[in-house]
Amino acid sequence: MAALEEEFTLSAVPLGAGPDGLLGVEQCDKTDQFLITDSGRTVILYKVSDQKPLGSWSVKQGQVITCPAVCNFQTGEYIVVHDSKVLRLWTNEDVNLDKVFKATLSAEVYRILSIPGTEPLVLFKEGAVRGLEALLAEPQQKIETVISDEEVIRWTKFFMVFRHPALIFITEKHGNYFAYVQKFNSSVVSKYTLLLGQEEKSVIQSFTASLCRKFISLMSLSSDGCIYETLIPIHPSDPEKNQHQRVVRSVLLKTVVSGNARNALSVLDQDHVAVLGPPLPASKECLSIWNTKFQTLQISKELPQGTSGQLWYYGEHLFMLHGKILTVIPYKCEMSSLAGALGKLKHGQDPGTQTMPHFVNWQTSQGLGSQNSEPSKRILRRRKIEASVQPEVPASQQLLSNIKKDSEKHIEIELRKFLAIKRTPDFHTVIGDIVIGLLGRCKTEPSFYPRSSLMQLIQMHVLSYSLCPGLMEVALEKTDVQMLQLCLQQFPDIPEAVTCACLKMFLSIGDDSLQETDVNMESVSDYSDAVQEEKMEEQTGILQNGFNPEEDNCDNCDKELSEKPQNTIEETTSCPVIPKRAALLNAVLHSAYSETFLLPHLKDIPAQHITLFLQYLYFLYLKCSENATMTLPGIHPPTLNQIMDWICLLLDANFTVVVMIPEAKSLLLSLYKFVKSQICICSELNKIEVSFRELQKLNQEKNNRELYSIEVLELF
Amino acid sequence: MLVDRQYMGVSKRKCIIWGVAFLSDGTVISVDSAGKVQFWDSATGTLVKTHLVANADVQSIAVSDQEDSFVVGTAEGTVFHFQLVSVTSSSSEKQWVRTKPFQHHTHDVRTVAHSPTALISGGTDTHLVIRPLMEKVEVKNYDAALRKITFPHRRLISCSKKRQLLLFQFSHHLDLWRLGSTVATGKHGDTLPLSKDADHLLHLKTKGPENIICSCVSPCGSWIAYSTASRFFLCRLNYEHDNISLHRVSKMPAFLRSAVQILFSEDSTKLFVASNQGSLHIIRLLEGSFKHLHTFQAQSGTVESMCLLAVSPDGNWLAASGTSAGVHVYNVKHLKLHCTVPAYNFPVTALAIAPKTNNLVIAHSDQQIFEYSIPDKQYTEWSRTIQKQGFHYLWLQRDTPITHISFHPKRPMHILLHDAYMFCIIDKSLPLPNDKTLLYNPLPPTNESDVIRRRTAHAFKISKRYKPLLFMDLLDERTLVAVERPLDDIIAQLPPPIKKKKFGT
Repeated sequence: MAALEEEFTLSAVPLGAGPDGLLGVEQCDKTDQFLITDSGRTVILYKVSDQKPLGSWSVKQGQVITCPAVCNFQTGEYIVVHDSKVLRLWTNEDVNLDKVFKATLSAEVYRILSIPGTEPLVLFKEGAVRGLEALLAEPQQKIETVISDEEVIRWTKFFMVFRHPALIFITEKHGNYFAYVQKFNSSVVSKYTLLLGQEEKSVIQSFTASLCRKFISLMSLSSDGCIYETLIPIHPSDPEKNQHQRVVRSVLLKTVVSGNARNALSVLDQDHVAVLGPPLPASKECLSIWNTKFQTLQISKELPQGTSGQLWYYGEHLFMLHGKILTVIPYKCEMSSLAGALGKLKHGQDPGTQTMPHFVNWQTSQGLGSQNSEPSKRILRRRKIEASVQPEVPASQQLLSNIKKDSEKHIEIELRKFLAIKRTPDFHTVIGDIVIGLLGRCKTEPSFYPRSSLMQLIQMHVLSYSLCPGLMEVALEKTDVQMLQLCLQQFPDIPEAVTCACLKMFLSIGDDSLQETDVNMESVSDYSDAVQEEKMEEQTGILQNGFNPEEDNCDNCDKELSEKPQNTIEETTSCPVIPKRAALLNAVLHSAYSETFLLPHLKDIPAQHITLFLQYLYFLYLKCSENATMTLPGIHPPTLNQIMDWICLLLDANFTVVVMIPEAKSLLLSLYKFVKSQICICSELNKIEVSFRELQKLNQEKNNRELYSIEVLELF
Repeated sequence: MLVDRQYMGVSKRKCIIWGVAFLSDGTVISVDSAGKVQFWDSATGTLVKTHLVANADVQSIAVSDQEDSFVVGTAEGTVFHFQLVSVTSSSSEKQWVRTKPFQHHTHDVRTVAHSPTALISGGTDTHLVIRPLMEKVEVKNYDAALRKITFPHRRLISCSKKRQLLLFQFSHHLDLWRLGSTVATGKHGDTLPLSKDADHLLHLKTKGPENIICSCVSPCGSWIAYSTASRFFLCRLNYEHDNISLHRVSKMPAFLRSAVQILFSEDSTKLFVASNQGSLHIIRLLEGSFKHLHTFQAQSGTVESMCLLAVSPDGNWLAASGTSAGVHVYNVKHLKLHCTVPAYNFPVTALAIAPKTNNLVIAHSDQQIFEYSIPDKQYTEWSRTIQKQGFHYLWLQRDTPITHISFHPKRPMHILLHDAYMFCIIDKSLPLPNDKTLLYNPLPPTNESDVIRRRTAHAFKISKRYKPLLFMDLLDERTLVAVERPLDDIIAQLPPPIKKKKFGT
């Protein structure tokens, strides 16, 4: 909702506003400060929030200011033109305009245009445009004529289009309007004829424009009271051919003001425009805010003393001449949103709840470049650089350069320092670049392997495989199973080939070398304990590690687990792999994959490893089926679905091999049994579902009130 | 651009394009019945990329304003989000990527919309689902939650208290029912045997394709008024014993073309019509004819129409509210604007004027309730108190708006209101609940002492007995009428969805 706040006036100094109102209100390089030029001889600098003037300058008697003063955002100087041709430049320190820098030009100036981030432009009455610097270097240079004889410039605006300045100005000739668009990277002028449509007789009273993607959206307020929109392309498709194009305008809002010579229009944002003028012929003048999207009047404020038909809008302030007094109305508008319409948008969100978005925003997290920094900031930064000489290097760049030469130990210390700094939105890409830097050095220097730094970076929970593609390959090369386990746990996007390579290594690595590694046992430790307890009840001997692959004394569990109490399958009773290997295999089970991509790689695993893995999976399945919830104990155990999927995958990929191996025969037999039991379970589940549904139906019928019924209720 | 018209290898069925989007960079996106989302280059007319997203039809597409993201809906009830994403973190080359699938519908997703912060989908299963885009939501709170809207947030049923009639509004017809009656009595919870069943009196079908926008039956039961997008209808009902005859009033004035809301005065002598042009017409009804009395023009240039009306039981005051501006109160006797209730940030969802006191009760979409005294032109003391103390947090977190407010003629301290999942009697004489008290306070057992009953009692008496509740009003001092619309009944009428196996796949 748009809201106009309490107005206030800037009237400390009486303005010599003539019948035509003010010459202009322009922004300054400092926020909240505005340059106000009256139509006589005076320029006043106001600080709006304090409602007081900071400075006032006048030209000599007999001279007349012909163009509103503007601020050069690059130097902080003020520029004004008097008597059409004389340019004056001054700063806050200057007192007398007569003594400041002066340049006399060879042609009459229509307006000086200045916006933050670029040098000011001078637009001459004949339509030529010059940069200020070039003009000051040679004030008497010849100025060409661009527009035709009786054409008069009516309005102009200066934009930054993708960091390139672009200028639009509107001219009028015998009731016909033309738009000129000039871009300064190509210095091509495109001319467009504004077709007025049916309302040929209407006169355009006011223009305003905004950037709308690849177009300039030019809005015009006509004397019939309607607002029209014209889209003018910023990049003409063929600048050579289409020197003279026609653009059509369309009605945006109907009859917002009544026909009067003194109406003004200003675009506020994407959806809102401010209109100054009487809504009905007889009524007083009003300032109204319209939403163009919903075609609604948002708010309106009556201005009984009349206005000069001029309206300026900067930031959050609307400026207008109310009677003889310059009035400022602060304006606020929230984005119209669905949440607002649904009544769920809270106002005044408490600052405590403001948190960093947890979700990765694809749009903002693109690289390290500071492409988004606004031009005004750039100037500030330049000033800072000038002051401190030493250019400021981001901490990440510093770290990256350190990585290229320092020792492992030193890098680790630097990294810890860097990670202690507050996170920026592009944190994960920075981390990715650091890892890539480290890996780059690993490749060139075989002895360099900053293991602890890499582990630390992986544990930041922001990395993914695609951010540091070489990491897992290096870890595979170094047979660093701990790092691989960590990667499998952390990365959401590991290619199937790499997952399979990890699996191969986990299955083939010797038990001795595994014992030395420090693997995270979270996913296995608990259920090995459970097994231990179970076994402790049965036998009194002390078990090392809670597990003993050689143990063959679990008839009891076997009876519970398998349907037939045949004590033939040794590997089903106890875990066929040591816990450390189990932990590693669990990491593989947890990783995401796509069957089609995984299957071909699984075929490469040797037959005895396949059997071992199948035995382990079967063991997990039996453990799963021990309890009613079909889950394994532990903090982050593999789920039943993961186990089943992997069994299917392994069998699919290596069926002929597995069938041929004698030691796999008993395993296959038990697998066959468990598939049978699975089918049984499924059919039972289906039966149960159907019965439940029937029960539900019966229940509903009982509860269901008749189509019409009368009940007795005691209400409170 | 020629689409592969073969339908999944079967040449007999032809592939149908259900939707296209044209982006400013010249890309054309098409969605078709073969489950494909295809990207075309309009300059060369070539196919750039195909995404197979479903085994069934892809029926709808909507592109965001920035053209960096779009959403498609499929007949399987799935909604897919596509985003324009950089190929690598540093390059400027961008590519359309299918990012997120959502399954919130059981049936076809017929239409989708893309707002700056959310994806909205509507389907055959009668749900409207608003799925916030989490990366665009700054604060993780209740607003960021998924919303599922099943029923329209407005009243579709009107009631004639005198003749005990209910008028049901459907998209293309109106149904008029006479309520049944009983002679038996019972205790709490009993269902009484009917001595007279409910009667289906009238089935009024509209001609043409236009939906009914609003309808109303007069309190006396002898008038029915309804409006479609382009025409306004007024009918007179005559009752002769058990026979009922309907007589359409012809020659409606030209200004009565389309109404947004219709309301009869309590004595059924006046008809108030809010037109879609923002004006409010008052019409006097005589036996079988009518006379235009007055028109209140829209306020200073707004085109916003009044979508809610309320008239005081004494017929002196008329309150009208649009979607954003404040509530206007008109004096019907002097035919002038009496006052405007200060504008509030959230739209009004229900309005009613209490008998005798002429207090205007206003419910807003953010679940706030205000009571405004029309004669005094200010908020009442009770309203100020509750605004000062604030509503219970559970009250504010309710998902559906209040759609109807009514009053008990003999108990001036009571306000009856309901949303789709509860009805509530606010007893203004009791203390207000704070966040620590139990809001949904079930009926305390009768065997508990009066002291405990009084201690736990607070102003909001809430019952969730009937849900989803479409309408509830007081017929007389001792009778409430409630209209439930069970979701199961709606689902039972839907065509079967695309079946998916659950177990043993």
